[in-house]
Amino acid sequence: MLSRVAENIFWMQKYRERAENMARLIDVSFNLNIEIPNGQHQWLPLLQVFGAQESFSKYYKVIDMNSVLHFLTFDTRNPISIFSCLSMSRENARSVREIITSDMWHELNILYIFLQQSNNRIDNHHAFYTRIKRQCQLFTGISDTTLSHGLAWHFGRVGYLLERADMTSRLLDIKYFTLLPSPDFIGSPFDNIQWNALLNSMSALEMYRQKWHFIKPANVVEFLVLDKEFPRSIFSCIVRAKESLQAIMNTTRNANANKPFEIIMAIIEKLDGMNGESIVNYGLHEFLDELQKEFIAVNDGISEVYFSFKELVNQA
Amino acid sequence: MTNFFNYDTSEKYDEYFQANGEVRDYAKDLVSNIACLSKKDLSEKQKAAELAFFNMGITFTVNGEGSGVERIFPFDMLPRIIANNEWQMMQKGLKQRIHALNLFIDDIYSDQKILKDKVIPREIVEGGASFIKQCVGLLPPKRIWAHVTGTDLVRAADGELYVLEDNLRCPSGVSYVLENRLVMKRIFPKLFETMAISHVDDYPSKLFETLAWTSKIEDPTIVVLTPGVYNSAYFEHSFLAQQMGVPLVEGRDLLVEDDFVYMKTVHGLEKVDVIYRRIDDLFLDPLVFRADSMLGVPGLMKAYVKGNVSLANAPGTGVADDKVIYKFVPEMIKYYLGEESILSNVPTYLCCDEKDKNYVLDNLENLVVKAANEAGGYGMLMGPSSTKSQRKEFAELIKANPRNYLAQPVLSLSRVPTIINNQIEGRHVDLRPYILYGEDIYIVPGGLTRVALKKGSLIVNSSQGGGSKDTWVRAV
Repeated sequence: MLSRVAENIFWMQKYRERAENMARLIDVSFNLNIEIPNGQHQWLPLLQVFGAQESFSKYYKVIDMNSVLHFLTFDTRNPISIFSCLSMSRENARSVREIITSDMWHELNILYIFLQQSNNRIDNHHAFYTRIKRQCQLFTGISDTTLSHGLAWHFGRVGYLLERADMTSRLLDIKYFTLLPSPDFIGSPFDNIQWNALLNSMSALEMYRQKWHFIKPANVVEFLVLDKEFPRSIFSCIVRAKESLQAIMNTTRNANANKPFEIIMAIIEKLDGMNGESIVNYGLHEFLDELQKEFIAVNDGISEVYFSFKELVNQA
Repeated sequence: MTNFFNYDTSEKYDEYFQANGEVRDYAKDLVSNIACLSKKDLSEKQKAAELAFFNMGITFTVNGEGSGVERIFPFDMLPRIIANNEWQMMQKGLKQRIHALNLFIDDIYSDQKILKDKVIPREIVEGGASFIKQCVGLLPPKRIWAHVTGTDLVRAADGELYVLEDNLRCPSGVSYVLENRLVMKRIFPKLFETMAISHVDDYPSKLFETLAWTSKIEDPTIVVLTPGVYNSAYFEHSFLAQQMGVPLVEGRDLLVEDDFVYMKTVHGLEKVDVIYRRIDDLFLDPLVFRADSMLGVPGLMKAYVKGNVSLANAPGTGVADDKVIYKFVPEMIKYYLGEESILSNVPTYLCCDEKDKNYVLDNLENLVVKAANEAGGYGMLMGPSSTKSQRKEFAELIKANPRNYLAQPVLSLSRVPTIINNQIEGRHVDLRPYILYGEDIYIVPGGLTRVALKKGSLIVNSSQGGGSKDTWVRAV
């Protein structure tokens, strides 16, 4: 497989996953806005978790629902808006159309056209974001059932699992940025609504309840970071990303392949020794911040070993 | 006949109807079916077809509109239909023609017998921009030069078929033949069931065989070389790579070491044996041709000269693609094969000939003037619809560089019923069959029918308001 192709597939899936999670995040925020007493819902944290408040304030005067929704959904000046992500995903897919299946391309293209044609307008918020979420999931499903589970599939899988782990960490971090009206609110119904919403954004509420039955912050953290069975937990994403990296290593026999692999193994070991309480005691925000840096290191390692051809020429 | 109630068959040649309004034999079942579709069916089917193309992302990029404005190639669902006996004749004529053209290219870059025997003036061949000095003495594997050809055919008012031009460089459009058919099968499943229509789906595997055949290696590694996603034919490049199951590469994915070509993969370097290149000769190798080419691969030509890689089409084939050389194809057929040309040439006036030039200059408003090496409908003057200042501009161009210009009478292309604003009206068409030349010659039944969607227009190019239709060759 061409290095460029591997890179395109990796990013196609990474951007697609990012778009899906943005849709999840916005959908939940929108629901919170309805549930929470007038004007108390905060839109700023949505920008903060992505470090996007600066670029936002360049183009918008006030942080309110409409401007934040537009910025995160349609604004092409914002590289992490859903439309930007899907455009990039589709552009990457377009340069590997001969590698992915027609069914995959078709689905991604339809989603892109849907966003393009909605023309910066959303009539029904829930339906709109649900559609994006669904079609993104459909795309992953189609790639699982139509693409051979060889190198192309594995590169795509590593791409979206790393992205999903990163996005889960950011969605969790949103709690850090969301201010409660006063410390008395900790553990209040108001607080619980926020935790519920957070779990909901990752379609995790039902699975969480099967395991823990009621909301307790340390348990929510443990579930979203460390759960071995829930498919959006950071741990589970990273373990599966490792499997795909292993498969890629076995096929390519690239001499430098250990580099990203060692980093990912270190993350797994670290997570293995922790629980919800220990993360909360460590400081959730600091803990997630460090994790995000480690994900970036894995990304860089993969890119160096498999995508930038300089490395390979030097070896030969 | 409701849908054809107001259809005008009186003037020009119509592919469905005779001049007296009677349906041609080979179109009867098709016409009777379409005639009784309700207006609603008609528009729904047409809409479904357009949506399918849009969703499949079957687009082309318009040149000169910045990077990557994607457009759908307009599609009309009423197919062109060709009788079996006529197709047999066309096929025979095309095979004869490509056979002679290949012998001509081979001759020009080796012994030049045809020039020595003065059948074609030497200065016309060697003075053209399409003649590549670097290719003299360079014989491609198995001495086949044009592996993939798209020949443009038109039918004039008299009902006769003429060859309009031979595209031997990187003819595009075959992906639309395959995709058009795919969509048509969804829209008219019953018609395909009842009418015997020749299949076109063999093309990708035939192309693969043709490419593999050029290599001396048993199980060669084949790639398609594209200029990249912003090229107007990018969809086709990726489509063909996908259909053949081979990698689609860009110049930057390849490198040459010790005169072998390699692609950069996640495994390391992998040798490449055959390149189906969809970039022009002059961009292939910056060390030999244009030094500023970012699309090609440095050292590629040396690897080719050493026989370490096959290129399809072979560098140099453009010499037979020159619109001035076109005039001499009937002579080539006589010279190399000892046969009369089966397909007719359009009468052509060469401006490098003093007498012809004066005739052209005196009759600009009645002629089509073409530049020898332009494609896509660029560099053309349509005399009858031209303005005075356009004619003046072309007169100057001709006087400045007579070798580069030729002129032909304006042919009135035949028409095929076409859906325009939910009404059926006649529109002019041409036809581009695709020819593969490897161990033997294969022609995909039919080819791409391009249609000028503007009323009365004779220009079918996609860049100038043209669309396409499916082409049905009756199997019996």
